[in-house]
Amino acid sequence: MKKEKKTKPSPWKPGMTIQEMYEARPKMWIVVTAVLVIMAFLIAWSSTAFKGTDGTEVDGWAVAKSIISGIFHPSTSLLFNFTTEGVPYLLLETLCIAFLGTLVGAVLAIPFAFLGATNVVPKPIALVFRTIVMAIRTIPAFVYGLMFIRVTGPGPFAGLLTMSVCSIGMISKMFIESIEDLDGRILESLDASGCTTFQKIRYGIVPQISADFASTLIYRFDMNLRDTTVLGLVGAGGIGAPLVFAMNCYKWDQAGAILVGLIILILIIEWFSNKLRNRLARGI
Amino acid sequence: MALYDKIFKPKEYTLANGKKIEEKASRTPLVLLILLVASIVSIKVTGFNLTTLAKRGNQFWVILGKMFPPDPGYIPSIWGPLFDTIKMSIIGSLVGALIAIPVAMLASSNIIKNKVVIVVVRLLFSIARTLPTLVTALIATFIFGLGTTAGSVSIAIFTFAYVGKLLYEQIETVDMGPFEAMEAMGCTKVRAFIESVLPQVLPGYLSNSLYCFEGNVRYAAILGYVGAGGIGLILNSEIGWRNYSRVGMILIILFITVVIIEYLSYWLREKLS
Repeated sequence: MKKEKKTKPSPWKPGMTIQEMYEARPKMWIVVTAVLVIMAFLIAWSSTAFKGTDGTEVDGWAVAKSIISGIFHPSTSLLFNFTTEGVPYLLLETLCIAFLGTLVGAVLAIPFAFLGATNVVPKPIALVFRTIVMAIRTIPAFVYGLMFIRVTGPGPFAGLLTMSVCSIGMISKMFIESIEDLDGRILESLDASGCTTFQKIRYGIVPQISADFASTLIYRFDMNLRDTTVLGLVGAGGIGAPLVFAMNCYKWDQAGAILVGLIILILIIEWFSNKLRNRLARGI
Repeated sequence: MALYDKIFKPKEYTLANGKKIEEKASRTPLVLLILLVASIVSIKVTGFNLTTLAKRGNQFWVILGKMFPPDPGYIPSIWGPLFDTIKMSIIGSLVGALIAIPVAMLASSNIIKNKVVIVVVRLLFSIARTLPTLVTALIATFIFGLGTTAGSVSIAIFTFAYVGKLLYEQIETVDMGPFEAMEAMGCTKVRAFIESVLPQVLPGYLSNSLYCFEGNVRYAAILGYVGAGGIGLILNSEIGWRNYSRVGMILIILFITVVIIEYLSYWLREKLS
C-alpha cells in the first residue's frame, strides 16, 4: 500500500540569495484556493443543519442551568445505593456487558480477520470479507439491539450480544492489520527446522500477534463501555435506560448521579487501559 | 507484581561465566485467572446463556429476513434525512475540529507553562470525551429543541474532544526551535503558534479530523433515535411501524453512503501523508 513519496528537487543553486530562494518557494495557491472554495461550499450547504428545529420554543438556558446544577448536585441516595437499582450495580452491569461483549466479539472477529487478510487468502476473497465486515459495522447498534431482544428477551444478555456484533467491525479491522504485518521469515525458518503446523502456530504466529490483539481488545473494551449507553434505549440493559428515563422525567439530580458514576468509571478504565497498552507496546 | 514474584519464585540459571540470571515466572496464569473470574462474574450478572442462544438464535434472522427484498419505492423519502445526517456530520466535525485548535494549544505543556491551565483543559477534554454522543445529543435536544441542531452540537462536542486530545499530544512532539525563534523576535505566543507550530501539525490534524468525520457519519445515523434529526429518525419510526422492507432500504442506502465517504476520506488521508 505504501508508495514512495515523490519529492521535488530543491530549487537551490549555488550563489542564490535568500530573496531569490524565497521567490522560488513552492507555489501552493491553486490547491489552497480550491480547498477554500470547497470548504466554503460545504459550510454553506451544511450550516442549514443548524436551523432545523421543529419550532417548539423551549427555554434552552433554563434547561442547561438545571442540567449543570444536577450534575454538580447528584442524588447521593442513588449514587451510594447498593441494591440492583443503584448506580454501583448499574455500573457493574455495564462493565460486565462491555467485558463479555468484547470477548465474544473477539471470538467472532477472528475468522473474519483471517479471511480478510491478504497474506492468508487471495485478494478477491479478502475484499469480499472486508465488505461483509463493513456492512456489519454500518447497521446501527439499536437495530441489532431490537433483533437480539427477539432472541433473548429484554435485558443485559441482549445488550451483550449487540455489543459483541458491534465490536466485530473494529476488532477485525485491527486484527487484519496485525496479521498482515506478520513476519513470514520466522515461519519459514520454523518450517526449515522441521516444526509441525501446531508448533508453527504456537511459536511462530501467536507470539507475534498476541500483544497486538490484546492491545486492540483492551482499546475496544474501553470503547464498548462508552457505547453501552446506547443499548439502554432499546431495553438491552446497562446504564443507558435509567439515564434516559431520568432525563425524560427532568430528574436532573438522578441523571447527574448516573453521569458522574459513568464518567468516573470510564476515566478509571481509560487510565488502566492506557497503562496496560503502553506496557504491551513496550513488551513487558 | 513484586508480591507475585515472591509467591512464585523466579527460576535461576547460572551462565557459563558464573553469572546468575533470573527468569521471572510467567504472568500468563495470573492473567488467565483474572480473565476467568471476570468472565464468570460477567456471565452471572448478564445472564449469558448458550442454550438460549442455540435454541432461539434463529429468531435473530427473522427481522433481517423481513428486510429483503428492500422496498425501492421508499428511496425518494430517504434523501432528505440522509442529507441531514451528512450535513450534521460535516458542520459538527468542522466546528468541533476548529474549536479544538485553540483549546489544544492551551493543553500542550510545551507552549503553556502554567500547570493549572493544562490540568483544567485536559480534564475538560477527558470529560467531553467520556460523555457518550447519544447522551450529549439527548441533552442538546432539551436545550436546542428536536432537530438537526442538537445532533450537530453533540457531534461537535465529540469531535472537539477526540481531535483535541490527539492534537495536543501531537503539538507536544513538534520541533520547538521555530517557535522559540519567533518568540525571541517579539511575536506573541498565539502568532508564533500559528506561524511555527500549526504548519508542523497540520497534516496530522487534518487526517485525524477526516478520520473522525468518517466515524461521525455513523454516529449521526444513530442520533435520530433521541430526536436529534437525520436518518435515525426515519429508521426508528419505520422500525416502530415494522416496515422492515423500508428499514432494509434505509440500511442499504446508509451503507453505500458510508462506503463512499470512507473511500473519499481514505483517499484524502493518503494524499495528506
